[in-house]
Amino acid sequence: MIGQSPIRIGIAHIVLILGIVVVAFPIYYTFVASTHSLQTILRPPLPLVPGDRFFENYWTALFGGVGRIGGVSVGTLLLNTTVMALGIAVGKIVISILSAYAIVFFRFPLRMMFFWLIFITLMLPVEVRILPTYKVMVDFGLIDTYAGLTLPLMASATATLLFRQFFLTIPGELVEAARVDGAGPWRFFKDILLPLSKTNIAALFVILFIYGWTQYLWPLLVTNRNDMGTIVIALKKMISFADADTEWHLVMVTSILAIVPPILVVLFMQRWFVKGLVETEK
Amino acid sequence: MATVDLRDVRKTYAGNVEAVKGVSIAIADKALCVLVGPSGCGKSTLLRMIAGLETITDGTVAIDGKVVNTTGPAERDIAMVFQNYALYPHMKVYDNMAYGLRNRGTPRDEIDRRVREAAEKLELGALLDRRPRELSGGQRQRVAMGRAIVRNPKVFLFDEPLSNLDAKLRGQMRVEIKNLQRSLGVTSVYVTHDQLEAMTLADTLVVMNAGRVEQAGNPLDIYEKPASTFVASFIGAPPMNLLSLSQNGDGPALPDGAKLAAAPKGAATLGFRPEDAEATVANGAAHEGLSLPATVEGVEPVGAESFLYCAAGGGRIVVRVAGRATANPGDRLEVKAKPEKLHWFDREGRRVSSI
Repeated sequence: MIGQSPIRIGIAHIVLILGIVVVAFPIYYTFVASTHSLQTILRPPLPLVPGDRFFENYWTALFGGVGRIGGVSVGTLLLNTTVMALGIAVGKIVISILSAYAIVFFRFPLRMMFFWLIFITLMLPVEVRILPTYKVMVDFGLIDTYAGLTLPLMASATATLLFRQFFLTIPGELVEAARVDGAGPWRFFKDILLPLSKTNIAALFVILFIYGWTQYLWPLLVTNRNDMGTIVIALKKMISFADADTEWHLVMVTSILAIVPPILVVLFMQRWFVKGLVETEK
Repeated sequence: MATVDLRDVRKTYAGNVEAVKGVSIAIADKALCVLVGPSGCGKSTLLRMIAGLETITDGTVAIDGKVVNTTGPAERDIAMVFQNYALYPHMKVYDNMAYGLRNRGTPRDEIDRRVREAAEKLELGALLDRRPRELSGGQRQRVAMGRAIVRNPKVFLFDEPLSNLDAKLRGQMRVEIKNLQRSLGVTSVYVTHDQLEAMTLADTLVVMNAGRVEQAGNPLDIYEKPASTFVASFIGAPPMNLLSLSQNGDGPALPDGAKLAAAPKGAATLGFRPEDAEATVANGAAHEGLSLPATVEGVEPVGAESFLYCAAGGGRIVVRVAGRATANPGDRLEVKAKPEKLHWFDREGRRVSSI
């Protein structure tokens, strides 16, 4: 920065700190509430420091089961949501990297038509095609299954386009060198294309995992049983209109638990793809 | 180890664009054949057809006597060095060189032995654990060569391998490639647009233009007896001086009317090399051969020699002078050349043998 005077630095820091407080305080307060008993929460004011019910509340939520969602434990919900988010992220990446590979590196009849077909699906998000998709899932008997939760969300034009753009930047000479070196299509994909795509895959994984984790509308439709629900749906179901009915301490615990896995994914993958960026940088 | 035979090879792209229009070349075992020509002359297409990266529209390509038209690049037993090296960016130098062998299922210890041997030959021993981006241009070039050597192929193919290097390094690598090719004794095809590279490297030089072979043969023969005005102007730096002649009653003459005693019938262009001409102050002495009044327009001192750019005979010519040039722009000189140093070309640009 130009002209760093102590006053400027001070002001900058004050603004930053204010920003952090605005963003972080609600999360902190949620955490505080998750460590108090229901009685303490319902009797204002809520204390500003964590209480003594941390282990008890988290234990009850994770393994005991929550009454308002049919006694299903948050542990089950976390498992469901993880399976769904992972399924969507991995499925999308696998499908889109393969279709992009086919479109960029192979010459086959109607290649461009397939490309445009994929491209057009960009204009058809889940919300638009939700009724027919639901009908198909019912007919296949996929209601209340992991397949039903993940399959309709897997096909992804965005990821295909991203990989296509990346593949187009790979010099033709590299492909030819691999051909001369005796690498067939599969070897080329596995030994050269995949390692070079590491960074893109990591970045996409983060985005897609969070996309899957926060899905609301589709899981709401396709799951009826409480033990197949995702954490976001369950959180909604836990809250009743009547304040006294709601087990607020467990709601708070669930909220905290719901945001931990995406944070972990971001932290873990970030390190990974920064490494990737540094490595491929020329 | 192998010969390469091209017989009437053609390449037509979609839309009826003819890139290669019937090329026949026979490359002897262990020879280094250089394909040279301006960009778009089809030399790279030809090389890629030998490599199997490009389909052959017509004609045959034979390696070691076997027609390989429909054989894939990996089965032709060739190795190629690309212009941009085409190293695998995520692999270490060692793996870059070993990759082709691994795909062929060569035993591990055999791969290790060959890679280390090639690395030693190319002085890459200390770099085996580096990745391509940590190497300089020259080192990358060496790795690309190493990748070709370890395979121990029948034919090496070079696609303008030195054009991304700076001038000094290029000269150095040129010598190395030549020595390496000699010592390994592998038949090689080398594509370049640089006539200096072509002249110095080639056992057989093939000058291409617009999809056809203009002239093929020993580089010095081509230099001394260019078959066409195209070859004459492409080979040699600065290129051969070419002056167009007009036809009047008693034979070819220069545009300014000066008659040329030695001109053969049908000559439409006169050529002579800058180093075969002599520029002196006009003294009126009778001279056998060419004698042209010239006006100096520019002087380029290079050090060991100087080039005089002159207007003469209705065109522009260059004359090489050893050492420092004493002439200045505006000076009037007489440019002379011996009769045996004159080249004559007909209206189509074909060489006309002097009388």
